Amino acid sequence: MSLRPPTSSRFRPQRPIDQSLLHEHRALIERIDRRGVLRGSLSLGALIMLSGCNISESGAVQAVLRRISEFNDGVQSLLFNPNKLAPTYTEAEVVKPPRFNAYYEIEDLKPVDRATWKLELAGLIADKRPWSAEQLQALPEQELIIRHICVEGWDYIGQWSGVNLREFLVRIGADLTAKYVGFRCADDYFESIDMATALHPQTILATRYAHEPIADPFGYPLRLRTATKLGFKNPKWITAMEVTNVNPGGFHPNNGFNWFSGL
Amino acid sequence: MSDTRAKSDHARPPRLHPLPIRIMHWINAVTIIVMIGSGWKIYNDEVIFGWLHFPQEVVLGIWAQHALQWHFAAMWVFTLNGLAYLVYGLVTGRFRRKLLPIRPREVIGEVIDALRLRLKHDDLTVYNAVQRVLYLGVIVLCILQLLSGLAIWKPVQFQELTALFTGFQGARLAHFLFMAGIVLFLVVHVCLALMVPRTLVAMVTGGPEVDPETGAAPTPQTAISSS
Repeated sequence: MSLRPPTSSRFRPQRPIDQSLLHEHRALIERIDRRGVLRGSLSLGALIMLSGCNISESGAVQAVLRRISEFNDGVQSLLFNPNKLAPTYTEAEVVKPPRFNAYYEIEDLKPVDRATWKLELAGLIADKRPWSAEQLQALPEQELIIRHICVEGWDYIGQWSGVNLREFLVRIGADLTAKYVGFRCADDYFESIDMATALHPQTILATRYAHEPIADPFGYPLRLRTATKLGFKNPKWITAMEVTNVNPGGFHPNNGFNWFSGL
Repeated sequence: MSDTRAKSDHARPPRLHPLPIRIMHWINAVTIIVMIGSGWKIYNDEVIFGWLHFPQEVVLGIWAQHALQWHFAAMWVFTLNGLAYLVYGLVTGRFRRKLLPIRPREVIGEVIDALRLRLKHDDLTVYNAVQRVLYLGVIVLCILQLLSGLAIWKPVQFQELTALFTGFQGARLAHFLFMAGIVLFLVVHVCLALMVPRTLVAMVTGGPEVDPETGAAPTPQTAISSS
């Protein structure tokens, strides 16, 4: 599963279409085909349920690799210094607009309706009243001009503003000793981060990009921006936030990407 | 058997490649291939050179996450095995005996010989100047590769290291170039080993017995060279 669909949209004009993806898809389709013949008794539905990892890696190998990835989660949380700040940049270096990225193409984007949108709260939080976009925008803002680094290897400098997540968690009476903060999104994406990262001074719930409200493709009206995680750990179009001691996982981590993915 | 002299008779002289070296060599050989194959797959998701994609047939991992899993699993084996090798080489004096000194004039002369297919490697126990440069060079490359990898993995926690590579993309480029250097070494190393198969056998069986003091063959092996 590639994070970047094989398309050249105006949000990423610098890159040619990745031809290798076509090639990869062909290989996968052929494999599914072969399996389909072998497992003729299986329904088409069950075949579709076979994820890339089941096809590409045998169960035992995948289990070992995932255990090591979990071990790496632990190593990374030990390496994480809650007081170490990521480098920041000047406004002149900010890329506008930011780069679109989702598990689907930009043509399939479904913008969030501001009138009905709200941020729901769940889990170990004292005050679970939902928040409207207006209420969130009225909160004190923090600005971050930081580098966004994608697991694929690309990066850009963005200018994000919004309420500091630690301040927001304190404001809503969240249990700051809990282990995880999970997010659910309007596009059924979901992600979670460790509490240490949630409390890092460079983690915000962003509502603006380069002084303007975040545009639809980049997470309007609310997205997470943390300077210490890979791009996919920064969910967009957030609709719900949960504070919990049970790891909620994430869209890409559940497919085999490393969960902690700290920078 | 209680006789001490009998015991010393049983104590066989060390071989060219002691068992720890052979184990570490082959662990590293497998690990390097895993690192390169998975690294190529990771590279494919965001290529540095538009003309270069690695075909699916030569990469490790159907999708990027599997390549990443392999890469970040094998990195531990690469690092720990490499550290053990460095400690062993320094403590036992193997590096000093086998890899030093390196004299540029010797190297140039032997490179010319090698290109004319006249390079001699009759005595396996003494590395020629080309070997010394290659082996020392690839050790340095592996250390640089580990450092550039850390700079990519942790550009915030190890941001000072990332800055040494002029930033995140600089570290990616360096990681790619060091990889290319290691692959180049691999090609030359494997070709030379196949040209002198005794060296390959020696890395499995241990090779000729050597003087424990000098690490070289106890007697000149010129007689073998005629074969």
